[in-house]
Amino acid sequence: MEHTTIAEVAFFALSAVAMSSAILVITRRNPVHSAICLIVTLLSVAGIFLMQHAEFLFAVQIILYVGGIMVLYLFVIMLVNLDVAAKQAQFTRQWFVAAFTAIVLTAELGYGLYRGRAAFSLAPPVTNPPAVNNTQAVAMSLYQNYMLPVEIASVMLLVAIVGAVVMAKRKFE
Amino acid sequence: MIPVHWYLFLGTGLFTVGVIGVLTRRNVIVILMSIELILNAVNINLVAFSQYFHSVDGQVFAIFVITDAAAEAAVGLGLLIALFRNKETVNADEIDILKW
Repeated sequence: MEHTTIAEVAFFALSAVAMSSAILVITRRNPVHSAICLIVTLLSVAGIFLMQHAEFLFAVQIILYVGGIMVLYLFVIMLVNLDVAAKQAQFTRQWFVAAFTAIVLTAELGYGLYRGRAAFSLAPPVTNPPAVNNTQAVAMSLYQNYMLPVEIASVMLLVAIVGAVVMAKRKFE
Repeated sequence: MIPVHWYLFLGTGLFTVGVIGVLTRRNVIVILMSIELILNAVNINLVAFSQYFHSVDGQVFAIFVITDAAAEAAVGLGLLIALFRNKETVNADEIDILKW
Protein backbone atom coordinates (compact mmCIF):
# COMPACT_ATOMS: atom_id res chain seq x y z
CA MET A 1 0.00 0.00 0.00
CA GLU A 2 2.87 2.33 0.83
CA HIS A 3 4.37 1.67 -2.59
CA THR A 4 1.10 2.60 -4.30
CA THR A 5 0.91 5.89 -2.47
CA ILE A 6 4.43 6.85 -3.48
CA ALA A 7 3.66 6.01 -7.10
CA GLU A 8 0.52 8.15 -7.01
CA VAL A 9 2.37 11.09 -5.48
CA ALA A 10 5.08 10.78 -8.13
CA PHE A 11 2.47 10.59 -10.88
CA PHE A 12 0.65 13.70 -9.69
CA ALA A 13 3.88 15.64 -9.23
CA LEU A 14 5.13 14.74 -12.71
CA SER A 15 1.72 15.48 -14.27
CA ALA A 16 1.50 18.85 -12.55
CA VAL A 17 4.98 19.83 -13.73
CA ALA A 18 4.24 18.60 -17.25
CA MET A 19 0.91 20.39 -17.55
CA SER A 20 2.03 23.70 -16.03
CA SER A 21 5.18 23.91 -18.14
CA ALA A 22 3.15 22.91 -21.23
CA ILE A 23 0.83 25.86 -20.56
CA LEU A 24 3.91 28.07 -20.15
CA VAL A 25 5.17 26.85 -23.56
CA ILE A 26 2.17 28.30 -25.37
CA THR A 27 1.90 31.51 -23.35
CA ARG A 28 5.48 32.81 -23.14
CA ARG A 29 6.34 35.75 -25.36
CA ASN A 30 9.99 34.79 -25.88
CA PRO A 31 10.45 31.54 -27.88
CA VAL A 32 13.62 30.72 -25.93
CA HIS A 33 11.55 30.61 -22.73
CA SER A 34 9.02 28.43 -24.56
CA ALA A 35 11.81 26.04 -25.54
CA ILE A 36 13.11 25.84 -21.95
CA CYS A 37 9.57 25.12 -20.67
CA LEU A 38 9.16 22.48 -23.37
CA ILE A 39 12.37 20.82 -22.13
CA VAL A 40 10.87 20.69 -18.61
CA THR A 41 7.70 19.11 -20.06
CA LEU A 42 9.72 16.53 -21.98
CA LEU A 43 11.71 15.63 -18.86
CA SER A 44 8.47 15.14 -16.89
CA VAL A 45 7.11 12.92 -19.66
CA ALA A 46 10.39 10.98 -19.48
CA GLY A 47 9.76 10.52 -15.76
CA ILE A 48 6.28 9.18 -16.53
CA PHE A 49 7.84 6.72 -19.00
CA LEU A 50 10.16 5.58 -16.23
CA MET A 51 7.17 5.10 -13.89
CA GLN A 52 5.63 2.81 -16.51
CA HIS A 53 8.78 0.65 -16.68
CA ALA A 54 9.65 1.89 -20.17
CA GLU A 55 13.32 2.41 -19.36
CA PHE A 56 14.49 2.38 -22.96
CA LEU A 57 11.98 5.07 -23.96
CA PHE A 58 13.07 7.11 -20.93
CA ALA A 59 16.64 7.12 -22.24
CA VAL A 60 15.51 7.78 -25.82
CA GLN A 61 13.32 10.67 -24.68
CA ILE A 62 16.18 12.36 -22.85
CA ILE A 63 18.93 11.67 -25.38
CA LEU A 64 16.93 12.25 -28.58
CA TYR A 65 14.28 14.78 -27.59
CA VAL A 66 16.03 16.90 -25.00
CA GLY A 67 19.54 16.39 -26.31
CA GLY A 68 18.81 16.45 -30.03
CA ILE A 69 15.54 17.99 -31.12
CA MET A 70 15.42 20.77 -28.53
CA VAL A 71 19.02 21.78 -29.26
CA LEU A 72 18.01 22.01 -32.93
CA TYR A 73 15.10 24.26 -31.95
CA LEU A 74 17.35 26.50 -29.86
CA PHE A 75 19.86 26.78 -32.71
CA VAL A 76 17.12 27.84 -35.13
CA ILE A 77 15.71 30.34 -32.62
CA MET A 78 19.16 31.90 -32.44
CA LEU A 79 19.58 31.86 -36.24
CA VAL A 80 16.25 33.58 -36.82
CA ASN A 81 16.10 37.15 -35.59
CA LEU A 82 13.07 37.26 -33.33
CA ASP A 83 13.39 40.67 -31.70
CA VAL A 84 10.71 42.11 -33.98
CA ALA A 85 8.32 39.21 -33.55
CA ALA A 86 8.62 39.25 -29.76
CA LYS A 87 7.24 42.80 -29.65
CA GLN A 88 4.22 42.02 -31.82
CA ALA A 89 0.94 40.42 -30.82
CA GLN A 90 1.49 36.78 -29.88
CA PHE A 91 -1.97 35.38 -30.62
CA THR A 92 -4.00 35.28 -33.81
CA ARG A 93 -7.21 37.24 -34.15
CA GLN A 94 -9.37 34.12 -33.88
CA TRP A 95 -7.68 32.97 -30.68
CA PHE A 96 -10.88 33.04 -28.63
CA VAL A 97 -12.85 30.85 -31.05
CA ALA A 98 -9.89 28.48 -31.40
CA ALA A 99 -9.36 28.11 -27.66
CA PHE A 100 -13.09 27.69 -27.03
CA THR A 101 -13.36 24.96 -29.68
CA ALA A 102 -10.32 23.13 -28.31
CA ILE A 103 -11.64 23.29 -24.75
CA VAL A 104 -15.07 21.99 -25.82
CA LEU A 105 -13.34 19.13 -27.64
CA THR A 106 -11.36 18.33 -24.51
CA ALA A 107 -14.46 18.43 -22.33
CA GLU A 108 -16.08 15.87 -24.62
CA LEU A 109 -12.95 13.71 -24.63
CA GLY A 110 -12.59 13.93 -20.86
CA TYR A 111 -16.26 13.17 -20.30
CA GLY A 112 -16.06 10.12 -22.59
CA LEU A 113 -12.95 8.90 -20.79
CA TYR A 114 -14.55 9.49 -17.41
CA ARG A 115 -17.70 7.60 -18.38
CA GLY A 116 -15.71 4.74 -19.90
CA ARG A 117 -13.06 4.46 -17.19
CA ALA A 118 -14.61 1.30 -15.77
CA ALA A 119 -13.78 -0.48 -19.03
CA PHE A 120 -10.07 -0.08 -18.29
CA SER A 121 -10.24 -1.97 -15.01
CA LEU A 122 -12.53 -4.83 -16.08
CA ALA A 123 -9.77 -7.12 -17.32
CA PRO A 124 -6.84 -7.12 -14.94
CA PRO A 125 -3.62 -7.57 -16.87
CA VAL A 126 -1.46 -10.61 -16.36
CA THR A 127 0.88 -10.06 -13.48
CA ASN A 128 3.75 -12.40 -14.28
CA PRO A 129 6.97 -10.39 -14.64
CA PRO A 130 8.44 -10.17 -18.13
CA ALA A 131 11.15 -12.73 -18.79
CA VAL A 132 13.59 -10.28 -20.34
CA ASN A 133 14.36 -6.67 -19.45
CA ASN A 134 12.74 -3.76 -21.19
CA THR A 135 15.54 -2.81 -23.60
CA GLN A 136 15.97 -6.40 -24.71
CA ALA A 137 12.23 -6.84 -25.26
CA VAL A 138 12.00 -3.61 -27.27
CA ALA A 139 14.99 -4.62 -29.38
CA MET A 140 13.51 -8.06 -30.05
CA SER A 141 10.20 -6.56 -31.10
CA LEU A 142 11.84 -3.78 -33.13
CA TYR A 143 14.16 -6.03 -35.13
CA GLN A 144 11.91 -9.06 -35.51
CA ASN A 145 8.25 -8.04 -35.74
CA TYR A 146 8.82 -4.49 -36.96
CA MET A 147 11.76 -4.97 -39.32
CA LEU A 148 10.09 -3.35 -42.34
CA PRO A 149 8.84 -0.27 -40.41
CA VAL A 150 12.37 0.23 -39.08
CA GLU A 151 13.72 0.25 -42.62
CA ILE A 152 10.98 2.65 -43.74
CA ALA A 153 11.74 4.91 -40.78
CA SER A 154 15.44 4.95 -41.71
CA VAL A 155 14.57 5.93 -45.30
CA MET A 156 12.25 8.63 -43.96
CA LEU A 157 15.03 10.02 -41.77
CA LEU A 158 17.37 10.09 -44.78
CA VAL A 159 14.76 11.96 -46.82
CA ALA A 160 14.24 14.39 -43.93
CA ILE A 161 17.99 15.06 -43.66
CA VAL A 162 18.32 15.69 -47.40
CA GLY A 163 15.16 17.83 -47.39
CA ALA A 164 16.34 19.94 -44.47
CA VAL A 165 19.75 20.51 -46.10
CA VAL A 166 18.19 21.42 -49.45
CA MET A 167 15.68 23.83 -47.94
CA ALA A 168 18.08 25.53 -45.58
CA LYS A 169 20.72 25.95 -48.30
CA ARG A 170 21.41 29.56 -49.15
CA LYS A 171 20.96 29.36 -52.89
CA PHE A 172 19.99 26.85 -55.54
CA GLU A 173 22.81 26.45 -58.06
CA MET B 1 -0.42 0.67 -9.50
CA ILE B 2 -1.70 3.77 -11.29
CA PRO B 3 -4.97 3.10 -13.17
CA VAL B 4 -4.51 3.45 -16.89
CA HIS B 5 -7.15 6.14 -17.36
CA TRP B 6 -5.12 8.59 -15.29
CA TYR B 7 -2.45 8.44 -17.97
CA LEU B 8 -5.16 8.95 -20.58
CA PHE B 9 -6.37 12.08 -18.75
CA LEU B 10 -2.81 13.42 -18.68
CA GLY B 11 -2.47 12.67 -22.40
CA THR B 12 -5.75 14.46 -23.09
CA GLY B 13 -4.58 17.50 -21.16
CA LEU B 14 -1.24 17.74 -22.95
CA PHE B 15 -2.97 17.17 -26.30
CA THR B 16 -5.38 20.04 -25.62
CA VAL B 17 -2.61 22.42 -24.65
CA GLY B 18 -0.81 21.49 -27.86
CA VAL B 19 -3.93 22.02 -30.00
CA ILE B 20 -4.59 25.40 -28.41
CA GLY B 21 -0.97 26.36 -29.08
CA VAL B 22 -1.20 25.34 -32.73
CA LEU B 23 -4.50 27.18 -33.25
CA THR B 24 -3.82 30.42 -31.40
CA ARG B 25 -0.13 31.30 -31.63
CA ARG B 26 1.30 33.38 -34.47
CA ASN B 27 4.94 32.38 -34.07
CA VAL B 28 5.81 29.42 -36.30
CA ILE B 29 8.50 28.14 -33.90
CA VAL B 30 5.98 27.95 -31.03
CA ILE B 31 3.52 26.18 -33.37
CA LEU B 32 6.18 23.54 -34.09
CA MET B 33 6.84 23.17 -30.35
CA SER B 34 3.09 22.68 -29.77
CA ILE B 35 3.18 19.85 -32.31
CA GLU B 36 5.91 18.25 -30.17
CA LEU B 37 3.53 18.53 -27.18
CA ILE B 38 0.81 16.72 -29.14
CA LEU B 39 3.22 13.94 -30.14
CA ASN B 40 4.26 13.54 -26.50
CA ALA B 41 0.62 13.18 -25.45
CA VAL B 42 0.28 10.37 -27.99
CA ASN B 43 3.43 8.73 -26.62
CA ILE B 44 2.04 8.80 -23.07
CA ASN B 45 -1.09 6.98 -24.24
CA LEU B 46 0.90 4.41 -26.21
CA VAL B 47 3.19 3.63 -23.29
CA ALA B 48 0.26 3.48 -20.86
CA PHE B 49 -1.48 0.85 -22.95
CA SER B 50 1.83 -0.93 -23.52
CA GLN B 51 2.21 -1.30 -19.77
CA TYR B 52 -1.45 -2.24 -19.33
CA PHE B 53 -1.31 -5.09 -21.84
CA HIS B 54 2.24 -6.15 -20.85
CA SER B 55 3.34 -5.89 -24.45
CA VAL B 56 6.21 -3.81 -25.80
CA ASP B 57 4.42 -3.03 -29.08
CA GLY B 58 3.20 0.31 -27.74
CA GLN B 59 6.74 1.31 -26.83
CA VAL B 60 7.94 0.35 -30.31
CA PHE B 61 5.19 2.57 -31.75
CA ALA B 62 6.35 5.37 -29.45
CA ILE B 63 9.86 4.99 -30.86
CA PHE B 64 8.47 5.43 -34.36
CA VAL B 65 6.56 8.51 -33.20
CA ILE B 66 9.80 9.96 -31.81
CA THR B 67 11.49 9.23 -35.15
CA ASP B 68 8.66 11.10 -36.87
CA ALA B 69 9.08 14.01 -34.47
CA ALA B 70 12.79 14.23 -35.28
CA ALA B 71 12.13 14.22 -39.03
CA GLU B 72 9.34 16.77 -38.63
CA ALA B 73 11.56 19.07 -36.57
CA ALA B 74 14.39 18.89 -39.11
CA VAL B 75 12.17 19.57 -42.13
CA GLY B 76 10.02 22.16 -40.35
CA LEU B 77 12.98 24.15 -39.10
CA GLY B 78 14.65 23.94 -42.54
CA LEU B 79 11.45 25.36 -44.03
CA LEU B 80 11.40 28.04 -41.37
CA ILE B 81 14.96 29.16 -42.20
CA ALA B 82 14.14 29.29 -45.94
CA LEU B 83 10.97 31.22 -45.14
CA PHE B 84 12.72 33.71 -42.92
CA ARG B 85 15.32 34.34 -45.62
CA ASN B 86 12.60 35.19 -48.15
CA LYS B 87 9.90 36.88 -46.08
CA GLU B 88 11.74 38.20 -42.99
CA THR B 89 8.92 37.03 -40.72
CA VAL B 90 8.07 34.13 -38.41
CA ASN B 91 4.38 34.99 -38.03
CA ALA B 92 2.06 32.37 -39.44
CA ASP B 93 -0.62 34.86 -40.50
CA GLU B 94 1.83 36.93 -42.55
CA ILE B 95 2.79 33.90 -44.62
CA ASP B 96 0.02 34.41 -47.15
CA ILE B 97 1.98 34.26 -50.40
CA LEU B 98 -0.43 31.67 -51.84
CA LYS B 99 -3.31 34.13 -51.22
CA TRP B 100 -2.21 36.48 -54.02
